[in-house]
Amino acid sequence: MVQTLNTLIETPSQTSGPYVHIGCIPSFAGIEGIYPEDLGKSPIAHGAKGEIITISGSIFDGTGWTMRDAMFESWQADATGRFAGQEGADPQVSGFCRFAAGKDTGQFTLRTIKPGAVKMRGGSVMAPHISLWIVARGINIGLNTRIYFDDEDNSADPLLARIEQRQRVDTLIAKKVADGQYRFDVRLQGAGETVFLDL
Amino acid sequence: MTDTKVLMPRRREVHPVPHDPDYKTSVPRSPSLPLLSMESTPSEETGPRFGHGLLGALDNNLISNFTQGKALAIGERIRVHGRVLDETGRAVPHTLVEIWQANAGGRYRHIKDSYFAPLDPNFGGCGRTITDENGYYEFMTIRPGAYPWPNRANDWRPMHIHFSIFGHAFGQRLISQMYFEGDPLINHCPIAATIKDRSQLDTLVAPLDLQSSRPMDYLAYKFDIVLRGHRQTMFENKMEGM
Ligand SMILES: [Fe+3]
Repeated sequence: MVQTLNTLIETPSQTSGPYVHIGCIPSFAGIEGIYPEDLGKSPIAHGAKGEIITISGSIFDGTGWTMRDAMFESWQADATGRFAGQEGADPQVSGFCRFAAGKDTGQFTLRTIKPGAVKMRGGSVMAPHISLWIVARGINIGLNTRIYFDDEDNSADPLLARIEQRQRVDTLIAKKVADGQYRFDVRLQGAGETVFLDL
Repeated sequence: MTDTKVLMPRRREVHPVPHDPDYKTSVPRSPSLPLLSMESTPSEETGPRFGHGLLGALDNNLISNFTQGKALAIGERIRVHGRVLDETGRAVPHTLVEIWQANAGGRYRHIKDSYFAPLDPNFGGCGRTITDENGYYEFMTIRPGAYPWPNRANDWRPMHIHFSIFGHAFGQRLISQMYFEGDPLINHCPIAATIKDRSQLDTLVAPLDLQSSRPMDYLAYKFDIVLRGHRQTMFENKMEGM
């Protein structure tokens, strides 16, 4: 026999189901009056420093169908690469946003500021990116990915460097379509499947 | 530099399988290629924090929050309570817990729910709270009804409450479901069955907690939640100070 480990086991995930909006963004489900406003309506407040950008896109299932019931959460650093709560972070940047694929169009839009590069332990630097977490009916455990930008230098990013099939790097990079506007699509399966993360 | 701590790697084997033919929607919605693994970075080790100032007085009372106390929801009154811990066994204090559920008849207040069980005019179906300094939380609600759903020819969801938990790091983010002790539908549910280890599914089943119930008022169910922990070593603490 051996000693007993004192660690606990993480609670298993379950799908968010189709009604995740009720709990997380109730006004999307038509439920008003319980909370003054949905949590995470915007990751930035008035006066946030940095370039204001919008990122729009759709999420596709393995058949190519545009999903209309996914919910997204984003988490990011401020324009100088600091996260909310860290010393020197921009107090106007919460960095957290919740948004949903449109009921009819399946289109989502995130309005935020372009984040700065983030320093890692050991001194290496991650290119500007936004962390994205995706839940929906049929997704049994939330999917993590990242949004990078095609007008930034991503060549030394430690996470992108780990992607063996180099053509897949592209799935994590938002494309500039106009000044301050980017396009980022998510593909759950098939050709162009987005790189999802376990970290 | 940051003062964040590395997250323990997620034990994927304790979680549901992403692709399960018995849960049909998971078939086209699960990645077919392997996930990209790496040690957590500050982007996963930090996360949003929400203060108690966020909360309204009735936010954790689903029996009365939809009418702001003017009328009570229909159904069996229950209290759901427990603690949020991490893998090291430490409490996770001051973290946001959100829930949503069907009404007593098994109907959600959502445009996509077409089940013919009636809506309860006094029930919205969502609530939220923030754990105290010991990781403790509680909700008052009504027992949700079981409901049918389109999957195989005759699938029913067991009674359940959806839970969303933040922790203190974006990499701890978790959505799960709480089931009720003794519900025979748990053993027939393809969503519950996406968890292949029965002992892990059992951790989602809240026991009846008679000692925490209130006579002539409500029954209680206890539901503890475990989030990913941070790796802590003396060695690394010293290194960070160097
Ligand atoms: Fe449900």
